[in-house]
Amino acid sequence: MSINRRGFFKVLGITGTALAIGRELQAAPKGSNDIEFRGILYDSAHCKGCHGCEYDCADANGLPPPDPAKDLPPVRKTSETKRTVVNEYNTSKGKVFIKMQCMHCNEPACVAACLTQAMHKTKAGPVIWRGDKCMGCRYCMISCPFDIPKFEFHSANPKIQKCDMCFNRLKTGEMPACAANCPNDALFYGTRRQLLSEARKRIVENPKLYVDYLYGEHEAGGTCWMYLSPVPFKELGMKTNLHKGSYPALTKGFLYSVPSIFVLFPALLLGIQQATKKENQSGEEEV
Amino acid sequence: MSKDYSIAADNDGKPIWKFLLSELKPKGKILTPFNIISVPVILLGIVLIVIRFWKGIGSITNLTQEVPWGLWIGFDVVTGVAFAGGAYVLTFMVYILNMKQYRSIVRVTVLNGFLAYVFYAGALLLDLGRPWNVINPIIGNNFGVNSVLFLVAWHFLLYMIAQLIEFSPAIAEWLGARRIHRILSSMTVAAVIFGITLSTLHQSGLGALYLMAKEKIHPLWYSEFIPIMFFVSSIFAGLSMVIFEGSISHKVFFKQISEKDHQAQTGIILGLSKICAGAMFAYFFLQVLVFIHERHWDLINTPMGYWYLLEMLGFVFLPMMLFFYSYRRNNIKLVRIASILTILGIILNRLNVTVIGFRWDAAVHYVPSWMEVVVTLTVIFTELWIFRWVINRMPVLRDAPSWAKHHE
Repeated sequence: MSINRRGFFKVLGITGTALAIGRELQAAPKGSNDIEFRGILYDSAHCKGCHGCEYDCADANGLPPPDPAKDLPPVRKTSETKRTVVNEYNTSKGKVFIKMQCMHCNEPACVAACLTQAMHKTKAGPVIWRGDKCMGCRYCMISCPFDIPKFEFHSANPKIQKCDMCFNRLKTGEMPACAANCPNDALFYGTRRQLLSEARKRIVENPKLYVDYLYGEHEAGGTCWMYLSPVPFKELGMKTNLHKGSYPALTKGFLYSVPSIFVLFPALLLGIQQATKKENQSGEEEV
Repeated sequence: MSKDYSIAADNDGKPIWKFLLSELKPKGKILTPFNIISVPVILLGIVLIVIRFWKGIGSITNLTQEVPWGLWIGFDVVTGVAFAGGAYVLTFMVYILNMKQYRSIVRVTVLNGFLAYVFYAGALLLDLGRPWNVINPIIGNNFGVNSVLFLVAWHFLLYMIAQLIEFSPAIAEWLGARRIHRILSSMTVAAVIFGITLSTLHQSGLGALYLMAKEKIHPLWYSEFIPIMFFVSSIFAGLSMVIFEGSISHKVFFKQISEKDHQAQTGIILGLSKICAGAMFAYFFLQVLVFIHERHWDLINTPMGYWYLLEMLGFVFLPMMLFFYSYRRNNIKLVRIASILTILGIILNRLNVTVIGFRWDAAVHYVPSWMEVVVTLTVIFTELWIFRWVINRMPVLRDAPSWAKHHE
C-alpha cells in the first residue's frame, strides 16, 4: 500500500524544510478509500433553469439576492456576491442549462496552495475557507483550475467567497441548500461513490439522453461535484482542457527536491569553501 | 577622506543617541534631480496606499477575479527578487570560491539585496488583502507545509536575516562597536552558506508558484521546468544588475571609492560579463531544450510566438553574444549595454510568465492602472533613499576603518 499524497506532503514538509515543527502527525489514513467524500451530482438534463438554487444559496450564505434577469448576457460568472450561477447555452440539442460553483476537488489546488491552511479540505468533502487564517494573498485563485475562489477587491476587510457546500448545514445533518430545494431533481446529494453509481445508472438507462461522459470523475484528479449532460461539455462552456491528474502533484517534483537541497547544499558549499581556503593559504600571497 | 563621511570610530566619547540623531540629518545637496522626481512620487504613493487600505485593493488596482496577481507581484516581487540574486552569486564567489578580486563590491551588493528583499516583502504587504494575518504561517496558524508559497515566505524571512548578518559588520563599523564587530564577522561564512541554499530554493520557488496554473499560462512560457529556468536566470539577472547598478554608484558616490577600487572596477566588470555569458548560454540552451521537448512549433507563427522569439533572441541570445564579445574585446561600454538588455529581458520574461502570458486568452486583459505603477515607483524610490542614506554613512563603498580589517 502506498502512502497517500497528503500524508506524504506532511512528512515531507516537516522533515524537509525543517522549518515546520509541525502539528502532531496523525497516523496516515489506511487508504484514501476509507474517506467517503460527500458530493453532488448535477444533471443538466433535469435542470429547467429556474435559478432557484441561486436564491437558496444567497439566502443560506447571507449574500445579496441574485438578479439573473439583469446580468444575463452572455455568460454569467460566479463572483464575490454569487457563489453559484446557472447559465443557459444554445446547443446542438437546444437550450441546456449548466450550474457553476466550486467543484470541491478531491485533491484541491487551492488547499495545496494555501500557506496558512485557510483553504481546508474537510473530511466530509467540502473545501472551506477560514477567515481567521487567511492573509488574502490570493494564491488559491492563481492555482484553482476552475477559477472559483473570488476575492472582495472592494473591501478593506476582504473575504474569499466560494461555495462551501453549505458546510454548516452538513454539520447539522442537513443537505446543501441548493440540493435540498431543487424542484426539478437536478441535484443529487450523496457520497461520491453513490454519485458515481447513480450517474452510471442514468447513463446506462438513458443512453440517448446523455453523452457518455461524467464530468468531474477525472477532472483535476476527481471532484466532489459531478456533471451529467445531454451535450458535449465543451458546448456548455465547461473547461475541457484540464489536467486529468491532481493539481497539487504538479508541484511535487519541486517540493521533493527541497529536503535534498537543504541537506546537501550546505555540506557541499562548506566543502568548497574549505578546499579553496587551503589552496589560497599555501599558494598565494595576500591580496 | 572628507569630513562628511566621518564615522563613529571618530566619535568615541559622544553618547550613542547623540551620534544617531546627528546621523539622521540629511547630508549633501537637497535639490538634486533624483530628489525632485522622487519626493512627489513618494508623497502621491503614500496617499494611494492610504486609499488602498481604506477602500480595498480594487480601489487603486485593475486586478480582476481571473487575474488576481498583477504588477505588484509580477514586477515588484518576482522580478525584483531575481535582480536581488546578485547578492547570493557574489557571496558565493567571494566567500565560497575565495575569488578575492570581487571583495570590494560584495558589501554594496549585499546591501542592495537586503534592501530589495525588505522592500519587496513590504510591497507584498500592500498586496495582501488581510495583512494582519501575515504572521500566521510563522506562528503556526497554520503551517501550510505543502504550499510552495509557504516555502517562499519562510525563505524570504530567513534570507533577510542571513543578509542582515552578512551586512552587519558594516553597521558595527559605523557605530564603532569593535567587540560586536568581531563576533558578527565570524558569522559571515555561516550566513553566506545558509543564504545561498535559501536563495537556490526560493529563486526557483518563485517559478514553482506558477506550476499549478498549468492551463492559465501561455504554453510557450509554461513548462515543468519553470523553477529551474527562474533559478538559472536569477544568476545573470543579479549580476547584470550588479554591473548596471555599479556603474551608476561609481558616478554618484565617486568620492567614496578608493583609487585602488576604481582601478579594479574594469577587471570586475569584465569578469562578471564572462560569468553572465556562461550562465546565459546555459539558460538559452535549457530554453531551447524545453521548447523542442514540448513541441510547440505550431505556436511560433502566432503573435505570442513572435513575442517569445523576441524575448529569446533579442533579450537572451543577443546580450549573451554581447557579453562574450565585450569580454574578449575588453569593451566596458558594451558590457553595460549588454547588462541593460539582460535586465530588460528578465523583466520581459518574468512579466510574460506572471502577467502578459497569464490568461493570455482572456477576453479582457489585465493592464496595471497608473496608480499601481505609482505605488511600485514609490517602493523603488523609498528603497533608493534608504540605500543612499546607508551608503553615505556606513563603510559600504569606501574602505572599512583600519581597526576592522584584521577581523576578517
